[in-house]
Amino acid sequence: MNYNWDWGVFFKSTGIGSEIYLDWFVTGLGWTIAIALTGWLIALALGSLLGVMRTVPNRWISGIATCYVEVFRNVPLLVQLFLWYFLVPDLLPEPLEMWFKQDLSPATSAFISVVVCLGLFTAARVCEQVRTGIQALPKGQLAAGYALGFRLPQIYRDVLLPQAFRIIIPPLTSEFLNIFKNSSVASLIGLMELLAQTKQTAEFSANLFEAFTLATLIYFTLNMSLMLLMRLVEKKVAVPGLISVGGK
Amino acid sequence: MISIQNVNKWYGDFQVLTDCSTEVKKGEVVVVCGPSGSGKSTLIKCVNALEPFQKGDIVVDGTSIADKNTNLPKLRSRVGMVFQHFELFPHLSITENLTIAQIKVLGRSKAEATEKGLALLERVGLKEHAHKHPGQLSGGQQQRVAIARALAMDPVVMLFDEPTSALDPEMVNEVLDVMVQLANEGMTMMCVTHEMGFARKVADRVIFMDAGRIVEDCPKEEFFGDINARSERAQQFLNKILQH
Repeated sequence: MNYNWDWGVFFKSTGIGSEIYLDWFVTGLGWTIAIALTGWLIALALGSLLGVMRTVPNRWISGIATCYVEVFRNVPLLVQLFLWYFLVPDLLPEPLEMWFKQDLSPATSAFISVVVCLGLFTAARVCEQVRTGIQALPKGQLAAGYALGFRLPQIYRDVLLPQAFRIIIPPLTSEFLNIFKNSSVASLIGLMELLAQTKQTAEFSANLFEAFTLATLIYFTLNMSLMLLMRLVEKKVAVPGLISVGGK
Repeated sequence: MISIQNVNKWYGDFQVLTDCSTEVKKGEVVVVCGPSGSGKSTLIKCVNALEPFQKGDIVVDGTSIADKNTNLPKLRSRVGMVFQHFELFPHLSITENLTIAQIKVLGRSKAEATEKGLALLERVGLKEHAHKHPGQLSGGQQQRVAIARALAMDPVVMLFDEPTSALDPEMVNEVLDVMVQLANEGMTMMCVTHEMGFARKVADRVIFMDAGRIVEDCPKEEFFGDINARSERAQQFLNKILQH
């Protein structure tokens, strides 16, 4: 292979203003983190609500949550993104459609689409984990809550969810990492997050290998740090004498 | 205190309780026994409406459970229940286990609830474990905490659903001792248990159930007095559990 390696490329000028290529990666990483964290907030809030809904003793409520999960889990993420970005805005009421398409900057409207898309997609997966967490608890916990005079919402808040969330921290961590990785789909609707900046660097500088190596390292380091962070959280909330943490 | 009137309960087509009727008077200790699957746990869970029933009624301290307008959470907060598997809240400390319902259901202040909880913890002999979590205690200790947790609500009656069945043999007595003490203090108690020694010591009446029916319901002296006067099914049961 005849390839001109140049690891110094990141510090070279892009030819646009005073920017160097590394600046592009920093901006891209910023977008990636913003997309993932905002999407995660939506996923965690909505997913927890849906997970609770799936376990309540009411067929209609649990049915709605089940339908949600089946729809969002069985349609490819990219298809969902294109629906949210290209189709849904056309279905909005006229003023809202104009606002989305004309008043917002292209980056902002792409950001909104991808955050909604990732949030709702991941919510279906969080929902299933919350549901399993709740169902893994002994039936007697619910009975004990009732026997003490609690109402159902109180039992969820004070008895079931604090335990369920502790149980599902490991799978929830992988979902949290997934949303960072999945955020790269944003590059396909023109949002300049990490992957898009990498592609742009590769095209501008012709240093394809360096650009993608750096991107790989950034994704890897980011997710490794998040995993370690979540492990600390898991240790922090571990219940003495109950759940073993990190293989201990 | 508890009046069970012709209670019938079905799981689908299967009838688990058939025409169960009995009374538990204030201060009375009633032991419910019978083979597994006889419906005794189901019956006791009907008393605080943890299990719904389709026909009949149960009146607890003047409140009807079958009445649609009854505030069930309020009723349950006045009926203490102790479970076979303790069901302490594992993510909360012992103190929090004792106070959470006092604070959130009865509206007591944290200070008042803690004082009450710790006094009861001392009564069941576990004061030094207040800061621990349930997972750090033995089964017998957890069950004593569970009894204290129920008592903290100032119940008018206590229900025990096989409180010693999940315990190592060595730990059975520490739990029974607490229950005997409670009975001697005049607490109204309904206990599903196979501990016939306990029944002999403190029960006023013994109920024997089989196949969802109350087969025997008589004073303790009568129940243990002349085994040959018992129903055939009760005789079989007693012969098996009193043999050793």
